[in-house]
Amino acid sequence: MKPPRIEIDGVTKYYGDVLVLDDVSLSVAEHEVVCLIGASGSGKSTLLRCINRLVEFDHGTIRLDGVSIEDERYGGTGLQKRVGIVFQSYNLFPHMSVLDNVTLAPRKVHKVGRRAAEDKARELLSLFGMGDHAGSYPEQLSGGQQQRVAIVRSLATNPDVLLLDEITAALDPELIGEVLKIIRRLKDEGMTMVIVTHEMGFAREVADTVCFLEGGRILEEGDPAALFSAPERPETRRFLQRIIEAGRL
Amino acid sequence: MSVAPSASGGAPAEGAAPRRPAPPRRRNQWRTAIRPTIISVLSVLFVFGALGWWVTSAEMWPQVRLQFFNLDAMIAAFPGVLRGFGVSVSIWLSALVGIGVWALVLAIVRSLRAPWFTPFRLMVVIYIDIFRGIPVLLLVLLFGFGIPALNLPGLPNSGLFWGAVAMILSYSAYVAEIYRSGIDAVHEGQWAASKSLGLSEWQTMVYAVLPQALRNVLPALMNIVVALQKDVALLSVIGVRDAVREAQIYTAQTFNYSSLIVAAALFMAATIPMARLADYVTRKDRERRLQRAG
Ligand SMILES: Nc1ncnc2c1ncn2[C@@H]1O[C@H](COP(=O)(O)OP(=O)(O)OP(=O)(O)O)[C@@H](O)[C@H]1O
Ligand SMILES: [Mg+2]
Repeated sequence: MKPPRIEIDGVTKYYGDVLVLDDVSLSVAEHEVVCLIGASGSGKSTLLRCINRLVEFDHGTIRLDGVSIEDERYGGTGLQKRVGIVFQSYNLFPHMSVLDNVTLAPRKVHKVGRRAAEDKARELLSLFGMGDHAGSYPEQLSGGQQQRVAIVRSLATNPDVLLLDEITAALDPELIGEVLKIIRRLKDEGMTMVIVTHEMGFAREVADTVCFLEGGRILEEGDPAALFSAPERPETRRFLQRIIEAGRL
Repeated sequence: MSVAPSASGGAPAEGAAPRRPAPPRRRNQWRTAIRPTIISVLSVLFVFGALGWWVTSAEMWPQVRLQFFNLDAMIAAFPGVLRGFGVSVSIWLSALVGIGVWALVLAIVRSLRAPWFTPFRLMVVIYIDIFRGIPVLLLVLLFGFGIPALNLPGLPNSGLFWGAVAMILSYSAYVAEIYRSGIDAVHEGQWAASKSLGLSEWQTMVYAVLPQALRNVLPALMNIVVALQKDVALLSVIGVRDAVREAQIYTAQTFNYSSLIVAAALFMAATIPMARLADYVTRKDRERRLQRAG
């Protein structure tokens, strides 16, 4: 049988003495979309960043297509070639044009020629409605446009997995839709994604599996329809109750 | 973002004319614009005139003028001092290049985070501590007199060369810290983004971090450029025939200090525009930051 695309197995992570991830296990199949939900500080970002080794964990294993991400097969930039990430704060390079932001990794890491990289970048940009902004600088764009560029940047290296960390949290409400539309499209195209989000409506719609984290543990995991309408754990129920009271579901 | 709305909002003369009684208002504006200017000019003339009168009417003034502002002596000293100033400027320019490069190397070594880099990081920390702790003048004396005395084979033997090296070593310690503060000010998210795109630490530094860092510290660097131009005069103590040295030579022959005033004027003619440029760069930088924040 084919191994799952991502397999997180007993991952534990401390920051100093603080236990942030406590024996977390999770499996993500190819083309699957998993949403991580949970209160602030529950460890969602940390877990996400373990998957592409932005954060090193203390115990456990994470496997990509059956091979540990610490294996030398993923050494150098091998892991980053396969896994892309998009951040809440976009983190575009402010001194580079949109086109240079998108082509930097293909050219400098993957050694694609300038012409080929730019052609591909322009194609991707227009696919995501940013074709007219190739020459713009990040500060000339709206938050939603910047986030779309950040998504294009992470797609420019053809990753098999995309990690999204609250990518709409910094956006004005009217700009959230345009970004979420892109994620729906990526799902339709079969992209494997792990998504940290506070948009419960979106999670319910787009996720194949939803995981509820608290205190660094996955307390409940399941089908979104079931988890949102009939959560099993009292902690999940309390969390969803708070979300409803805040008017975000 | 643009300044256009506030500019047009400040002078609604054409469009809003029917709604406001324009003529009296305009006369008012004209008067409020011109009166402060006249008052400024008059008070400047008055204060500086009074100062000038007070100084020149002092009992000592004729003697001061003879010793410091003697036109004949100035003209006589000028060619030598100017030649020396040329030497000062060329030392200044080559020291600038040396400092810019060497300090950047120090700052990058200090900022790279790979564990195997630790000994080199430590070396830079020690270097900066040492060279910031020693007065530049002392270093100039030590290098300018000391090293040529060793007669090292294969190395230049001139005091000028080693004096300039001392300036570069000393200034680089400060400038490296300036660079580093600029590197530290680049947001952590830029490192995370670069790393997740597969860039090596070195590539991250070169393509993502340094361009932003240099822009952050440009105003501080400009001020160093100005300060260095004056500190080049320190090399005169080891006999380098720069502007100060040439002026001193003339003074020693004639017991007249006007040549030093000539040197001072040359330094000012170079540093004042530079300082203005530094102010301008600083102001532009602040505007850019405000614009980005708002
Ligand atoms: N670099 C760090 N150093 C020390 N502690 C950290 C660091 N990063 C995160 N933590 C701690 O780890 C815990 C989990 O943080 P994490 O960012 O993963 O939470 P999160 O679920 O993403 O929260 P949020 O919804 O606010 O983004 C928190 O208690 C946080 O304070
Ligand atoms: Mg987070």
